[in-house]
Amino acid sequence: MIWDLHCHLMGVPGRTADERMARLVEYADRLGIERLCIYLGPSLVKNPTPERLREDNDYILQALSHWHDRAFGFVYVSGEHVDASLQEIERCVAQGPMVGIKLWVAKRVSFAAIDPIIVRAHELQAVIFQHTWFKTDTTQYPGESTPDDLVAVARRHPDVPLICGHTGGTWELGIRAVRAHPNISVDLAGSDPTSGITEMAVRELGAERVIYGSDAGGRSFASQLAKVQGADLPDADKRLILGGNLRRMLTPILESKGIHLPS
Amino acid sequence: MPPFIDTNVYLSRWPTRRVRGDTPETLVELLKTGGVTQAWAGSFEGLLFRDMRGVNERLAADCRVAPELLLPFGSINPTLPDWEDDLRRCHEEHRMRGIRLHPNYHGYQLDAPVFARLLALAAERGLIVQLALSMEDERTQSALVRAAHVDVRPLAAIVRQVPGLKLVIVNAFRAMRVEQTDQLVAAGNVSFDIAMLEGVGGVKRLIDQIGNLDRVLFGSYAPFFYFESSVLKLRESPLAGGQLEAIRHGNAERLLA
Repeated sequence: MIWDLHCHLMGVPGRTADERMARLVEYADRLGIERLCIYLGPSLVKNPTPERLREDNDYILQALSHWHDRAFGFVYVSGEHVDASLQEIERCVAQGPMVGIKLWVAKRVSFAAIDPIIVRAHELQAVIFQHTWFKTDTTQYPGESTPDDLVAVARRHPDVPLICGHTGGTWELGIRAVRAHPNISVDLAGSDPTSGITEMAVRELGAERVIYGSDAGGRSFASQLAKVQGADLPDADKRLILGGNLRRMLTPILESKGIHLPS
Repeated sequence: MPPFIDTNVYLSRWPTRRVRGDTPETLVELLKTGGVTQAWAGSFEGLLFRDMRGVNERLAADCRVAPELLLPFGSINPTLPDWEDDLRRCHEEHRMRGIRLHPNYHGYQLDAPVFARLLALAAERGLIVQLALSMEDERTQSALVRAAHVDVRPLAAIVRQVPGLKLVIVNAFRAMRVEQTDQLVAAGNVSFDIAMLEGVGGVKRLIDQIGNLDRVLFGSYAPFFYFESSVLKLRESPLAGGQLEAIRHGNAERLLA
């Protein structure tokens, strides 16, 4: 069972959300990926207005509309617009089909004013995903969180499960940053398939805190799956990483929506 | 076993990390497990070491661990004094079939006259030239080992001036876009490996962009990258049997012929 935590429609051939979603599923099928989590719209605006957030989420809702058996949506929210983000959570998660939230690079997640988003998402049992990077060059965006920013959230909300997107990019730093915080899991997506990332993550965090994701369509499913399939790890660990952990995290909100996964 | 040629592997050790397969014996095991029947091997030592004769002697010796599998591709740094002797030794002493260049670690641009001279000398000897454009994501490099990607823009004009050149660009696609490949392919005998090719269905997209299947080679960048990455890319793209065979070995065999 392979579930992919981290997909987008950007970089996928097609003119519309529907066309791109169909193509993304075709590629996933070729590699045996059963479920895809998708989020962010086509614009890739780094600090979106509330209107842009809504448009991006509408794009994902449209993409999901024919693929509820294959895909899950996360609502795109922003720390720059907390009230508007809470409205989007109500529209897309509480009243809609989405099952997680995605925080990207508009504002560092460590600031306390973001807490209403974290609290509401947790009340709904939504998966909370924060993009993170430790960039060692000069390209860190002003609002781009590092794993340290997510650790600040984890300290304020020790009972809330959180996902550290990209394992912080520079993964040897990211893994070390989050390892003392058991409510943080790491997402393997969106970095080069550098040998050792998955083995170190499992060594330091345990397999239960490591989740496969791809960052397709900008990344290939292949390069990111290789991080798990090529890792020197027991098959049981690989099963957790490739799908077991994500399924465990999603099961409460899916069941709250009346979706019961086959055992 | 059908032939399977990996045109982009490395021996010795990455300067800031140990990876599985960074000894000759473990790399051979990794490649054989993956079904590889021949691998073109460069040396990580070639990035930073100045004693390039020693680098290439060790590379040749390491490849003798499995001579049926590993083909050494020596490192040449044309900013070093008497680099021409390194080239001569690669060809005449070690009988290498090619060389691998790392301009961003050796501090020259592709429009430097010495680069064109190196290409010309290699072509005269019939050596395949592998040009590595990147080794590591620029956002994750150690502050003490930083190397910007190679700027490929001058390359097409230079290739046109070197008759007989067989050029393979490895680790291309962090430094250049797939859309830039056709200009280079039109300039001469230029091929690309797929190790740093990204995006869903990337291999098919590259073939379509180049318009010439002959110029796409299998390369894994093992052991720095998980070997399985490039293998799975061949499955991700919808490729016909003939296309797969060309990428897995046929195109590389033609370059070696």
